[in-house]
Amino acid sequence: MKITRRQFFKLSAATLGSSSIAVMGFMPGEALAEVRQFKLARTTETRNTCPYCSVACGLIMYSIGDKAKNAKSEIIHIEGDPDHPVSRGSLCPKGAGLLEFVHSKSRITFPEYRAPGSNEWKRVSWEWATERIAKLMKEDRDQHFIAKNDKGQTVNRWNTVGFLAASASSNEAGYLTHKVVRSLGIVALDNQARV
Amino acid sequence: MALQSLDIWRRSATTTPSPSQREPIEVAKLIDVTKCIGCKACQSACQEWNDVREEVGVNIGSYQNPHDLTANSWTLMRFAEIEENGHLEWLIRKDGCMHCADPGCLKACPSPGAIIQYKNGIVDFAEENCIGCGYCIKGCPFNIPRLSKEDSKVYKCTLCSDRVAVGLEPACIKACPTQALVFGSKEDMKDHAAERIAELKERGFENAGLYDPQGVGGTHVMYVLHHADKPELYNELPRDPHINPMVAVWKGITKPLALMAMAGAVLGGFFHYIGIGPNEVEEDEEEEKA
Repeated sequence: MKITRRQFFKLSAATLGSSSIAVMGFMPGEALAEVRQFKLARTTETRNTCPYCSVACGLIMYSIGDKAKNAKSEIIHIEGDPDHPVSRGSLCPKGAGLLEFVHSKSRITFPEYRAPGSNEWKRVSWEWATERIAKLMKEDRDQHFIAKNDKGQTVNRWNTVGFLAASASSNEAGYLTHKVVRSLGIVALDNQARV
Repeated sequence: MALQSLDIWRRSATTTPSPSQREPIEVAKLIDVTKCIGCKACQSACQEWNDVREEVGVNIGSYQNPHDLTANSWTLMRFAEIEENGHLEWLIRKDGCMHCADPGCLKACPSPGAIIQYKNGIVDFAEENCIGCGYCIKGCPFNIPRLSKEDSKVYKCTLCSDRVAVGLEPACIKACPTQALVFGSKEDMKDHAAERIAELKERGFENAGLYDPQGVGGTHVMYVLHHADKPELYNELPRDPHINPMVAVWKGITKPLALMAMAGAVLGGFFHYIGIGPNEVEEDEEEEKA
């Protein structure tokens, strides 16, 4: 294409003029969808209870994937459960930040064992851990169980071991904990019933 | 437009009118400062929902953390210890975007569609259209928007426009364990505030009142204050906020004048062409050059 000197000036002027007009805000803006799409539209919802304190607020955990075989679930958001009678959807700052707790790099996901005198934590299996705990409990109970007091009255006490139960237990879990612990004779039973 | 609740009312630096027939209800957040315990659940919930995280900071002798709003902290509990009527009072105010009916940020913004005001009252930033000039920061009477050092774009509270669009309350509202934060239609929030203010007055807070400043056309985030006569007690909450007059000078007077000057130049050129005509160039002269 051959452009004369005059045509070149005309073209330049037209370009400059139209771009100036666009800059001054005369161009219709492109159509805008909403600023950010709702991120929970098709997530899987799972009910749970906040693990922190004994208020035991209700949670809904939202995970990606619809539990199809090839979709790996991952929790992307946690918020309060509005149907929960205790918290009715509200949470404290710790509960509201639970997603960080779930994905924390320092979160312990398997049992570990540090032998007496050692400064090293070793990964162990759940079977090994429960068996060791059971053996040590039996050993201690056989040694320190008090069947009768000084007056000869039956007391069935095991005073050398205490039991700290979880904070977010249901009524049923609390009942079972109580049954197990009291039937062993443990007196010092407590719940993590505080913030 | 995907959702009716996100009908656009105004867009920054745009002269084409927005569709204006549909009138969805105005929403509002009510912050009852008198019920707030400063737990910061709203701060946590805000960052969790919006996928932003604040860096771990340092203590500067106050519970306020972080020390100021940032591009990642869109809401912040501001703690003030003051003496009022001979008592020590610990006033805790949840700071963040007020979602003004007459938003200074939007008026100051030169980038088309970077700031949007929805019909429901939410003022939202579309960061992909943001050019990082920072005019909105100057235009805001409450000093809320924050420029990110990472991407040179400005961020602030969206009133969870993505949640409100699908009929949910904002994340901070849902988390609040003391019901200091309430969300609903603006009318309902005013009624709720009136009940609360009557209660406070009965309990001896004679100056209790609602903070819904008319200087910016009212706001879609309102406060119930025990000392509504002295809003500056609450970490310098402005008594009578107005958009900086410079915004009106530039956008209100200078811009149309400049446009008139431009149109004048174009018209002048046109009439010069009609009246005097173009500068004739001799045919042979042009051929010589070509």
